[in-house]
Amino acid sequence: MRMTQGTFSFLPDLSDAQIAAQVQYCLDQGWAVSIEFTDDPHPRNTYWEMWENPMFDVADAKAVIDELAKAREAVGDRYIRLSGFDASHGWESIRLSFIVNRPADEPGLHITRENGPGRTIRYTTRAYAADRPAGRRYA
Amino acid sequence: MSTPQQTEPAAAQSAAEDAIDLRREYEESGVAAILDELDRDLIGLKPVKKRIREIAALLLVERARKQLGLAHETLTLHMSFTGNPGTGKTTVALRMADLLHRLGYVRRGQLVTVTRDDLVGQYIGHTAPKTKEVLKKAIGGVLFIDEAYYLYRPENERDYGQEAIEILLQVMENQREDLVVILAGYADRMERFFTSNPGFRSRIAHHVEFPDYADPELVGIAEQMLERQNYRLSESGREALTRYIGRRRQQPHFANGRSIRNALDRSRMRQANRLFERGGTLSSEELSTIEAEDILASRVFTMQVAGSEDET
Repeated sequence: MRMTQGTFSFLPDLSDAQIAAQVQYCLDQGWAVSIEFTDDPHPRNTYWEMWENPMFDVADAKAVIDELAKAREAVGDRYIRLSGFDASHGWESIRLSFIVNRPADEPGLHITRENGPGRTIRYTTRAYAADRPAGRRYA
Repeated sequence: MSTPQQTEPAAAQSAAEDAIDLRREYEESGVAAILDELDRDLIGLKPVKKRIREIAALLLVERARKQLGLAHETLTLHMSFTGNPGTGKTTVALRMADLLHRLGYVRRGQLVTVTRDDLVGQYIGHTAPKTKEVLKKAIGGVLFIDEAYYLYRPENERDYGQEAIEILLQVMENQREDLVVILAGYADRMERFFTSNPGFRSRIAHHVEFPDYADPELVGIAEQMLERQNYRLSESGREALTRYIGRRRQQPHFANGRSIRNALDRSRMRQANRLFERGGTLSSEELSTIEAEDILASRVFTMQVAGSEDET
């Protein structure tokens, strides 16, 4: 099951040239681009692990793409996303975030229904991948 | 860009003509404008201007060759600027970044100015990330390393400068299409630096030497600086400045253009003080004129004896 999180996630995977174009757009807007990765695809897992520091004061997308290549080499079996952080006053938050790398096989989410008092049902989702210990989920 | 299929529109068109009008390229790419500006704005520096014209010609011809499918290799564009302080190295580097950008040799054309402190870390494992971060900022533009010879400190064998040098050399070789590195510093120390790091010398294509300014050139520079701030020298002030430059040159730490700028800042202060003490109404003429006395009050004229003692 294809995970859909962040911008462009309902589109086919972006090519490297398309990623570079998006990154260049972020940089032209003055946003700092950062790389993050995770192996827990749960939709409420918002805090991914950082790959190096966010890249401030970078002018050209090539710098980010080079860094992404290194990230793919090391954690290419997990989800990797790029985020554009707008530091300007009043925003101070992420303006654009999109997945650039996914595991080859995405098992998807399991939905658990829990019977409550009366006929109420409570739902909870759990990623199948999260059954295995962190770091070995997509190996 | 090398195969004909990839460069369809431009190459197909020019292949049909099989000719490129260099003169038109020169005007349209904006190189002509930059070089004219360089000639107009920078006083003196004849050999530098000549060298930059040569480099611009090379870049222009190489670009034309590329468009006709004759050139495949990326040109090595790393440079070294050598000269005494205050001879305009940073200013020329800025123009150079602009030039390279307009001709499409760098993608963004930003100039990132760094010194040893920005590249070399303070403890083990600190240097590589620091250098790489600076390089990331410079990708797509020009990295200007001021006083580059401080990177190499032979007297301290545990110095981390060597690590920065190795990363730099690697990037200068492998990412030639991504950024251009300009090393700058005093001529003699740069020479020693290149001798002990032959890797740098062979990776640098253009060595540009910045000569010291002659006295009349410095007066010209002073007048240009004042004009930009809406000041002017009186006739006697101009003569006083000429004498000042002659004396200042004899003293230690003479830094060409920078010394002149500092001297002018001080004389502006003295002028303000003079006008303030006199009081009364002032015309705009008076407010914008630097007189001889504003310059002659400099310690350069009184310290002459001490200065000459230092010299011997």
